[in-house]
Amino acid sequence: MSDLFSKFDPLINERADLLATGVRDPFAIVMQEVKSPTVAVIDGRETILLGTYNYMGMTFDPDVIAAGETALRKFGAGTTGSRVLNGTYQGHKECEDALKDFYGMSHAMVFSTGYQANLGMVSTLAGKGDFIILDADSHASIYDGCYLGNADIVRFKHNSAEDLEKRLRRLPPEVGKLVILEGVYSMLGDIAPLKELVAIAKAQGAMVLVDEAHGMGFFGEHGRGVYEAAGVADDVDFVVGTFSKSVGTVGGFCVSNHPKFEILRLVCRPYTFTASLPPAVVACAATSIRKLMHAGAKRERLWDMSRTLHSGLIARGFRLATDSCESAIVSVLMPDQETTVRMWQAMLELGVYVNMSRPPATPAGVFLLRCSLCAEHSAAQLETVLERFVMAGAAVGLFAEAA
Amino acid sequence: MTNRAQVYARIIELIEPLNPKKLALAEDTSFAGDLEMDSLTVMDLVASMEDEWDIVMPLNMLPDLETIGQVADAVTKLVTK
Repeated sequence: MSDLFSKFDPLINERADLLATGVRDPFAIVMQEVKSPTVAVIDGRETILLGTYNYMGMTFDPDVIAAGETALRKFGAGTTGSRVLNGTYQGHKECEDALKDFYGMSHAMVFSTGYQANLGMVSTLAGKGDFIILDADSHASIYDGCYLGNADIVRFKHNSAEDLEKRLRRLPPEVGKLVILEGVYSMLGDIAPLKELVAIAKAQGAMVLVDEAHGMGFFGEHGRGVYEAAGVADDVDFVVGTFSKSVGTVGGFCVSNHPKFEILRLVCRPYTFTASLPPAVVACAATSIRKLMHAGAKRERLWDMSRTLHSGLIARGFRLATDSCESAIVSVLMPDQETTVRMWQAMLELGVYVNMSRPPATPAGVFLLRCSLCAEHSAAQLETVLERFVMAGAAVGLFAEAA
Repeated sequence: MTNRAQVYARIIELIEPLNPKKLALAEDTSFAGDLEMDSLTVMDLVASMEDEWDIVMPLNMLPDLETIGQVADAVTKLVTK
């Protein structure tokens, strides 16, 4: 009998070799206590969280928690049902209303996760005979949406307007086309030139979907995302997003002005064939979204913190994935897997948690120590973080290698 | 007019930089098994072939294209269509 797990042997062996060097597993962290959006206890040690995507620090917002507690008592722990059967409560509609108000759009659909929102929208919008044209560095949920659907998939070079245009021009003019873009690309923290990309997509007769998972809350006048900041709101057909970043809970959504949008509730399988979000979660989300409409001061603080970390790391000799601070993600380029894990562990032992990212999640085979900022980070915390980066870098010989 | 022999020869040239172990390339050389290419490398190779012949090779075609010979057949078909 052939063992179905044999195909995982290369990865199992790679991990065993790595762990044999004495480092701990970077993908098996347990947070014993979470004290605030920026502090948790890991291995009994109070740790600054610098890799949570909790951009606006809404996880412990008192109004958000109060709304969740009330809904939990009033509506119970779960819906035990699909959105199209018994799983749509008052709270789900209120959450969709909050999204419509936040985005100024006429339709909103709430999914159980951000992953499912992309899986559902991508696989359902483009069918057999249609084309999906996606950025090469798209998130796994977008690629998986492609594989779940039946459209033909064409990939263009990351953020290249020229390459997008070339590939769109090769397609038959009469076929349906969906161009998929992201506002912020989460690995390197770079943003898309949406003004150019959306203009090309529209000129070639494509519909446009933009994933604003990492842009919601602090890009653009209303915090809608990079597409708003780029001034292309009227040309974007679908915005996909998540509640698990700036909103501070879990869930996914799509908003649109398309007049036939509501039919998706019946034809989008990752929406229809799964249980809806628990009442407490949609209540937290709706409250958080409404608060994010008036979060100007938090937005400013988040940008301020992001720029401080970016310039501070550059000043201390680290190589970053972007020359300037483009988003609330600051990624430090690392030379190889072993140095990355050792440095990640050194940071953790010094009380700072960052994300370790490795291929295939990262583009171009790079290894990263990825930081994401929170509006609730204090200036003192960032000072500590910068100091610990220098200590950890020295401990693993990072600067010697770079020299 | 581009014929299959020309397509095959050019594909070999395009693969050569992605063949660090300098395996002897043949019709039945497989991308995943023999050349040990990961999916990202395969997708980049597809992009270069699309540009070379000004064709569209959707990614969903890839699972059926395991060997260099199969890719040469597919490209030839697209070019002469």
